[in-house]
Amino acid sequence: MVSSRVQVSLIATGLLVLGLGLCLYKAVNLGFPLVPGEYRDVWTVESKVSFKPSKGDVVEVELKLPAMLAGWSNVDEYFASSGFGFSVIAPSRDNGFDARRARWTRQTLERPTTLYYKQQMYRAKQAKDLPDMPVLEVSPPLLENDRQAAMARLVDRLSQQSSDRESFTSLLLQEFLRQSPDQDSLFLLGSYQEGSLVVMMDVLAYKGIPAHQLRGIVLEDGRRRQTLSALIEIHNGEKWVVFDPQNANIGLPDNFFIWQRGDGAVLNVVGGRDSSLEFALVSNSLPVKTVVSMGQRSEQVDLLDFSVYALPVEQQGIFKGLLLIPVAALVVVLMRVLVGIRTSGTFMPVLIALAFIQTTLLVGLIIFLGLVGVGLWIRSYLSRLNLLLVSRVAAVIIVVILLMAVLAVISYRMGLDQALTVTFFPTVIIAWTIERMSILWEEEGGHEVLIQGSGSLLVAVLAYIAMSSQIVSHLTFNFPELMLSLLGVILLLGKYTGFRLSELYRFRDLASEQNFPQQKARSQPKKSKKKL
Amino acid sequence: MIKLISPFKLRKLGILGMNRRNIGLIGSYNQRSNYSIADNKLATKSAAISRGIPVPELYGTVEHQFQVRSVGEQIRALTSFVIKPAQGSGGKGILVITGRDGDRFVKSSGALISIRAVKRHISNILAGLHSLGGRNDVAMIETLIDFDPGLKDYSFEGVPDIRIIVFRGVPVMAMMRCATKASDGKANLHQGAVGVGIDIGSGQAVAAVQQSALIAQHPDTGIGFDALEVPSWSQVLNLAAGCANMARLGYLGADIVLDRLRGPMLLELNARPGLAIQVANQAGLRHRLAQADKIADSTDNQEQKISLARKQFTQSKQARAQLALDIY
Repeated sequence: MVSSRVQVSLIATGLLVLGLGLCLYKAVNLGFPLVPGEYRDVWTVESKVSFKPSKGDVVEVELKLPAMLAGWSNVDEYFASSGFGFSVIAPSRDNGFDARRARWTRQTLERPTTLYYKQQMYRAKQAKDLPDMPVLEVSPPLLENDRQAAMARLVDRLSQQSSDRESFTSLLLQEFLRQSPDQDSLFLLGSYQEGSLVVMMDVLAYKGIPAHQLRGIVLEDGRRRQTLSALIEIHNGEKWVVFDPQNANIGLPDNFFIWQRGDGAVLNVVGGRDSSLEFALVSNSLPVKTVVSMGQRSEQVDLLDFSVYALPVEQQGIFKGLLLIPVAALVVVLMRVLVGIRTSGTFMPVLIALAFIQTTLLVGLIIFLGLVGVGLWIRSYLSRLNLLLVSRVAAVIIVVILLMAVLAVISYRMGLDQALTVTFFPTVIIAWTIERMSILWEEEGGHEVLIQGSGSLLVAVLAYIAMSSQIVSHLTFNFPELMLSLLGVILLLGKYTGFRLSELYRFRDLASEQNFPQQKARSQPKKSKKKL
Repeated sequence: MIKLISPFKLRKLGILGMNRRNIGLIGSYNQRSNYSIADNKLATKSAAISRGIPVPELYGTVEHQFQVRSVGEQIRALTSFVIKPAQGSGGKGILVITGRDGDRFVKSSGALISIRAVKRHISNILAGLHSLGGRNDVAMIETLIDFDPGLKDYSFEGVPDIRIIVFRGVPVMAMMRCATKASDGKANLHQGAVGVGIDIGSGQAVAAVQQSALIAQHPDTGIGFDALEVPSWSQVLNLAAGCANMARLGYLGADIVLDRLRGPMLLELNARPGLAIQVANQAGLRHRLAQADKIADSTDNQEQKISLARKQFTQSKQARAQLALDIY
């Protein structure tokens, strides 16, 4: 016992020192700030160009790089181009609109290929206005007679209702957003077949309004397989105004990252077919200091840099969540070993807490209690059917999934989007929780169910609070080596032989003087006993 | 404000906490490989029989789901019996049938259940519902204890059993668990059964607690606990110490029942006995464990261990005074 105790202490101290040492080294020598100061959301965008080569042709892929408008600033960029000749072509005119282009070339290519361009950027300032841009001559579109007539009628009607270019554009966008556009718009939509955006651009051109598209991506943390979307920018006579065709709102949406301002293709593939451009996005809250110094540092200290930033974007997103789990595990250990809270299932609270992160706390609690409550009620009927255990639990799993579906559909119909996050709850765990609780109810009574149920929820909520704290996520993500220290602490706790807080309550009456309380003499008092 | 006791005071009283029990006793004195006898009641029973330790008679076992169908035939002839999982934990899954009412069975609480309910209970046992880790299990059908009439009034509906903690072959602490109405006839302290601390030296009651509050008399039968004295006490201690030998566990709880005809019988063994016994005795285990350690170092003889334990762990006044002189 002594030797294992010594071993544990040695290992735990070693881990603690190693973790804290690495953390300090990074903080002092590499300038990672320990305490989160002012934060910036740093977005990592991974662009994925996939295509199939056509037989025997020279392959040339050209990708326009983002123009970094509206206050965005580049931190770092990286191209993956194995086996390709690669170059970045500077814009021919340095006017801020002609963007840089990345060009990959190769003589022959056999199989479908994917090229990557990864970029990290952050918003240095919240600039809504885009720089001015010369207005080009507008030439009306060339159309067949029937389309021309429809377009003329549409433009006429909209012009009558509007006062200037802006209100015309607004009306036009609303026209195409409506559930039932009128005959002319429907005809135009049907005959174009390229989507409403092209129709709208042509209508604007027909009306003589200078307009172009803004291509870009909608920033959503953790999104994968995102594709380019477009906004419309028109010149109202004095300046350029941005419209969002999704909702006809004026102004640049906050979560829109402009890739290209103006018409023209973002991706050009010569010698290939079925090309596609997709984006994966992840956002990290990083201290300003780190962001600013990140660009220069990355290459020199790769060896000692444990940072997760080296990973591909998709994995970064996964690790962001994974690195929080040790913290939740620590909470469970603390609660069980030091406090002595009883939970149903050792690490079930961690899974519930992870679900809470997706659903937010209050919604999560309501959904969880609802699911377990209804589940217990249905389970109490199942117990009368005399089923085998495994089929009964399987039945509860199916019931839970059905409940989730019903909840999601009903709440969505009622316009409560939050309840859609119900899918983040681990179904099988909930089914087992229901099964355990219901057995507990039958065997030990509702009291015990209440104790263990509220114990589990309490631990889950505490774990959620720990995991959603900004300083915790800052430390776990930027200093993953702290996990070693955490491991040390947990090992030490595994050797803790002191009392639990709950035991101080459980044994609270042990200090009393007399063992049998005063009573009327029913039977002869034989002994008078005193506590030691 | 919740009343708490200071940890220093608890330490002074020698109370054993859950963490210390897990690491210092179970982890150090009970080898995993030796758990098999204590964790499986069938194994306990056969080991006990081979050593001549009395146990309740086994009517039969149900090992497979298909046998559940024919169980009806087996139990039709029985008026009273007990069904329990061989690897149940914490007294879970024990069904006590005390009589018959036509086709239906009378539970110890007096409730009537059908044969279907009995069969469902057995399939739940087989599926591992009540068992450690949810493993598939075996259901045991054994005789209902015809318990000593001297103890009848101390328990409401259920069988009172005596839990004795044995450390390295030395009995260190004992308590009797008496069922109450609140505990549904089960001798489970969590559910409101009464725990009566029993003096190791004399077999007399030391204190009685229900839900960790001291009480003087049984809440349902009204009988005072201070007159309680376990019959055939030295036999009980002998039995408990013998079990420790058999199970090869350094720290173990032996659950013993007193049958009217056959005397003390081993009901089951527990490799991870709980801590409530300290509340029932109003005394801590740690000092006694330290003394028991010395006793076990000094002799290998079971008789000697027991007699030393009876002398040192008695809570009667004279012996205590003598002991205080020895310690300080």
